[in-house]
Amino acid sequence: MSTYLTKRMLYMLIILFAASLLIFCLYALTPGDFITGNIKLTAERKAELREIYGLNKPVLERYGTWMNNAFHGDFGYSLAQQKPVLQLFGDYIWNSFLLAAVSTFLTWLIAVIIGVISAYKQYSWFDTLVMIAIFAAMSLPSFFIGLFLIKILAVDLKWLPPGGMMTTGSNATGFAYFKEVVHHMTLPVIVMTLLGLGSLTRYFRSNMIDVLKQDYIRTARAKGLKERKVLFTHALRNALLPAITLVGFELPALFGGSIIIEQIFNWPGIGQLYMKSFGLRDYPLLMGFTMFLAILTVIGTLLSDILYRVADPRVRL
Amino acid sequence: MEPLMNIDRLSTVFFTEDGKVTAVDEVSFSIREGETVCIVGESGCGKSVTAMSIMGLVEEPGGKISGGSIDFRGEDLLRLDKNTLRSIRGNEIAMIFQEPMSSLNPVMRIGEQIMEPLLVHLRMNKKQARARAIELITQVGISRPEQIMGSYPHELSGGMLQRIMIAIAISCGPKLLIADEPTTALDVTIQAQILDLLRGFKENSGMSILLITHDLGVVAEMADYVIVMYSGQIVEEGGVVELFQNPKHPYTRGLLKSKPVMGQRLEELYSIPGQVPSPLALEPSCYFHDRCGHCMDVCRTRQPQLQETGSGQKVACWLYEEAEVYV
Repeated sequence: MSTYLTKRMLYMLIILFAASLLIFCLYALTPGDFITGNIKLTAERKAELREIYGLNKPVLERYGTWMNNAFHGDFGYSLAQQKPVLQLFGDYIWNSFLLAAVSTFLTWLIAVIIGVISAYKQYSWFDTLVMIAIFAAMSLPSFFIGLFLIKILAVDLKWLPPGGMMTTGSNATGFAYFKEVVHHMTLPVIVMTLLGLGSLTRYFRSNMIDVLKQDYIRTARAKGLKERKVLFTHALRNALLPAITLVGFELPALFGGSIIIEQIFNWPGIGQLYMKSFGLRDYPLLMGFTMFLAILTVIGTLLSDILYRVADPRVRL
Repeated sequence: MEPLMNIDRLSTVFFTEDGKVTAVDEVSFSIREGETVCIVGESGCGKSVTAMSIMGLVEEPGGKISGGSIDFRGEDLLRLDKNTLRSIRGNEIAMIFQEPMSSLNPVMRIGEQIMEPLLVHLRMNKKQARARAIELITQVGISRPEQIMGSYPHELSGGMLQRIMIAIAISCGPKLLIADEPTTALDVTIQAQILDLLRGFKENSGMSILLITHDLGVVAEMADYVIVMYSGQIVEEGGVVELFQNPKHPYTRGLLKSKPVMGQRLEELYSIPGQVPSPLALEPSCYFHDRCGHCMDVCRTRQPQLQETGSGQKVACWLYEEAEVYV
């Protein structure tokens, strides 16, 4: 186990190094930078600013500086926002995390329950209905469902606010603040859950169908166990094992924000900040954020490997 | 001896894409207390489905018991509600399977899996169940029971796992143990040990065994009474000695002839010509007629009924029908 971990850490470092090089080159070698787009500046002023920001130096030297700072915990300085990148992350990521955590939790919970039931009652009317609904939900693009629900629930019925995290001009605190945020996040959470539900339900359904055909399920029934126990103790544990791989991918998704959903619902998350920075060519922020996702992805896969070891006694690390 | 179980005209059908398949076709037999009944036949003859039907484990909507009755100690298992049936299953009627490697849950400890029926049927508490489980592991001839309790199935060999399966099956003191090819997946030396173990438990507890196998050697060693099945029907049945000494049905004779005999050197072992007919295309006839060396016209058009032939044997073959004069 410890040899495995040491080896894994080493690989992780190599992967992250390669990723950082790739990410830096991608942004540094794209024509134009933050200063190019500003038409108000004269050519001399532009050269001056490039000198100040260090943009006139060779790419490799710039990469060296970036990496050196990153090792010291400094992920750069956003040119557009005039704030350190890490501070901006702190400001925006938790908003994204809130949406993602709630909708991921709901997605997994509902997907497991529906998946188990429709696998158990395969080809029943319930199963058929669920499969049709899932295909419908998977086929609709997020911007369509998002706008459609805003039209119905927010504009026509006026049950929920159409966007934002707080009512404009509100300075609620304490429980009132909590209530307001919950009210505002309901709609985006519904849309995100709907979008994620389809593939995950199908995944659990097919895992469960495979497991239910196994000999040990027959043994469990032959022992005279209650059907609930057969399903949820014997079958579900085995059906959940392959899903551990997905847990690894959920980690970057939890913190990565959702560009489209945050745009539609005007949610002040990292996805929206990322999109805005693209338009402004705010490369330090973009690089920092992409690198952050790379780190989360690598940690996520390590985490899922360790989880496998915990959940499946047959796995040795 | 009293019959423990009386199976009367049991039929089980499966609904496949190509049509309805009758896997078990009006099968009747009984199992007496303390008796070992063997069902023999080739793959696909309906022997396993018979066992699954008795256990109530034929899964709908794919398959269904379409008729008959299974009388167990005065109650028809097919008419019991699900909860009562569940309280009999694993308790009074237990079952072991062909593949011990895949028959235990890979992510649960052996101990937990042995304790389950004790907790459910005998309403033991965890501590009692644990003590009993350790006892059971010792009884099936595995040393270091405490360590085995905490092991996972992948850490044990096939023979040990089958012993564990037996421990689970006998845990609640069943009246009837159904063993579906319990030794097929094991090597020969382990086979003998497992059979010995089963015989020992049978002698000590007086339980009955319904043993399903295609291995005539196992039959000779274990059975009191033998049932030969072909294409979902019983073609011959009788006491083990009579049946081996004086097989009546051409199929039974063929089976016995194709069994290798120790010390006998042959260029080629006998095999019954032809193949089992497709269960989808069965017409009223003796289902064995196109593989039979004694096939007559009547065999192609009418189905022979199971008849007593004296000496306690029953056979379904036109050769032995008194109405048809055969010279």
